[in-house]
Amino acid sequence: MGRYVIRRLLQMIPVFIGSTFLIFLMVYALGDPVTAFFGDRRPDPATAAAIRHEYNLDKPLWQQYLIYMGKIFTGDFGTAFNGEPVVDLMARAWPITIRLALLAVFFQAIVGITLGVLSGLRRGRALDTSVLLATLVVISIPTFVMGYLLQYLFGVNWNIAPVSVSAAAPLDELILPAIVLALVSLAYTTRLTRTSVSENARADYIRTAVAKGLPGRRITVRHLLRNSLIPVVTFLGIDIGNLMGGAIVTERIFNIQGVGYQLYQGILRQNAPTVVGFVTILVIIFLLANLLVDLLYAVLDPRIRLA
Amino acid sequence: MPDVLQKNPENTAAAPAAAAPEKARSLWGDAVATLLRSPVFLISGLLILLLLTVAFWPGLFTSMSPYDCDLAHSRQGSAPGHPFGFDVQGCDVYARTLYGAKASVEVGVFVTAGVFLLGGLLGMLAGFFGGWWDSLLSRITDIFFGIPIVLGGLVILSVIKANTVWPVIGFMIAFGWPPIARVARGSVITVKQQDFVQAAKALGAGNGRIMLRHIVPNAVAPVIVVSTIALGTYISLEATLSFLGVGLQPPTVSWGQDISTAAAQYRNAPHMLLWPAGALSLTVLSFIMLGEAVRGALDPKQR
Repeated sequence: MGRYVIRRLLQMIPVFIGSTFLIFLMVYALGDPVTAFFGDRRPDPATAAAIRHEYNLDKPLWQQYLIYMGKIFTGDFGTAFNGEPVVDLMARAWPITIRLALLAVFFQAIVGITLGVLSGLRRGRALDTSVLLATLVVISIPTFVMGYLLQYLFGVNWNIAPVSVSAAAPLDELILPAIVLALVSLAYTTRLTRTSVSENARADYIRTAVAKGLPGRRITVRHLLRNSLIPVVTFLGIDIGNLMGGAIVTERIFNIQGVGYQLYQGILRQNAPTVVGFVTILVIIFLLANLLVDLLYAVLDPRIRLA
Repeated sequence: MPDVLQKNPENTAAAPAAAAPEKARSLWGDAVATLLRSPVFLISGLLILLLLTVAFWPGLFTSMSPYDCDLAHSRQGSAPGHPFGFDVQGCDVYARTLYGAKASVEVGVFVTAGVFLLGGLLGMLAGFFGGWWDSLLSRITDIFFGIPIVLGGLVILSVIKANTVWPVIGFMIAFGWPPIARVARGSVITVKQQDFVQAAKALGAGNGRIMLRHIVPNAVAPVIVVSTIALGTYISLEATLSFLGVGLQPPTVSWGQDISTAAAQYRNAPHMLLWPAGALSLTVLSFIMLGEAVRGALDPKQR
């Protein structure tokens, strides 16, 4: 187990370097941060050269990348163009988005798996058909359309949820944004659970469990669900990337000043240190979440030996 | 789910024709017969046919131009001759909704074709040759999975802006192929181990011939299924990027942009948001339904 984790951590290194270098390349090679720094005005060449030198922008790209990575491991993520250390921006933004994302994953897992089990066990019946239809509709409505729709209904029309989230972003204000963020993935989770459950429901071990007289609830939860969860858990892990992409949209709709907001602002203003810094943390979270998923396999199915 | 047993009265002509001769049908013949009996396929097919007509010949449905705007009518509701009302600039929402179909359809079709070819080719090579080429491809797909596609789109398309749909299409192909390549790779690995491939090899067929004549026809079904379902999500992604201001740029008419401008005013004029958003969702829905129907027809496990 310990050796497995170490090996997986080592395997993450090339992927980490690849993803961060890709975003580094896109941010620094496509745009010109110094021109962006001056906005619409043309910078004085001498000043521009001095700034280039100060931020190491006159060196080749791979050297810039190495310098940047070296600094990151000492906790220095550079300075945003307004003079604020990127670390300070992160300390403000990450807790909000992590709260939002955890809430979304919570809805996605609880509601998605429950609906999936219920419809998987009643394949072809009315409940199953309506769940399938509802998930199809939810998948088809893009997150930003759904965001405005629910904001209008719950926030403006019925006035039961805040239209705009305050700067501190307490948990109760994040419930509606989290539902918006979770909905599409929730629909996929439901469908995946449904397929997995209805396939496993025909398995021999379920017949055995029924034959030996176990109560229905125990069969469903301990035998059926546990064996059906592996593809679902895999999906939840891979989906964290999508969730973060969705956060850019959701945070814009509900005015949440989290990671998505900072990234959006950073990209539009070509604020390179902010963008690369946030994405680096994003990649680390994504990789660790997927390691956690692989470790969960062994918990769900003891036949899987991690070595 | 398409119900195989269900008799659809409109298709009784197709069913006996397919069932009468006792010769074995190919996977494809079987799939077409299943599709023609599937209500999901027929409904989505009709919707898509309508959508394509609107996209190519919007002039058939309206004589108004999406650029013919009058600020005096800004944000007004429906009026005679203007069933959906006017948007912020005083343009006719009905005309803009119709003309917006073209961009979405173009992006969806071209991205799907590009991703199908690129992802299919790379996945097939990785699955067929294995070894270091396979490991390299796996690592590359891992790298792409770590960066959310909306984020990549924001970074790349905020710099490359053009008045055509091509930068958006190019970006979406460049970032969209990895999941397709994974499916293709898995499918090729399964087919590669079967006896007929060994037989072809024993008869002295070269790699190119084996791949084209034996592997591709037998491994392509799952790739088609995944690509068809993805088409709807590509349209949704294009609208999301346009909504964020980095996708299609004016004067190209697109639902994403119209939703973005309408969203700021939805309290005063919800009709501006309703129509483009409804058209977008219906389009995505019909392509996802088409994908589901194709999956039902091509994936024997689903029956």
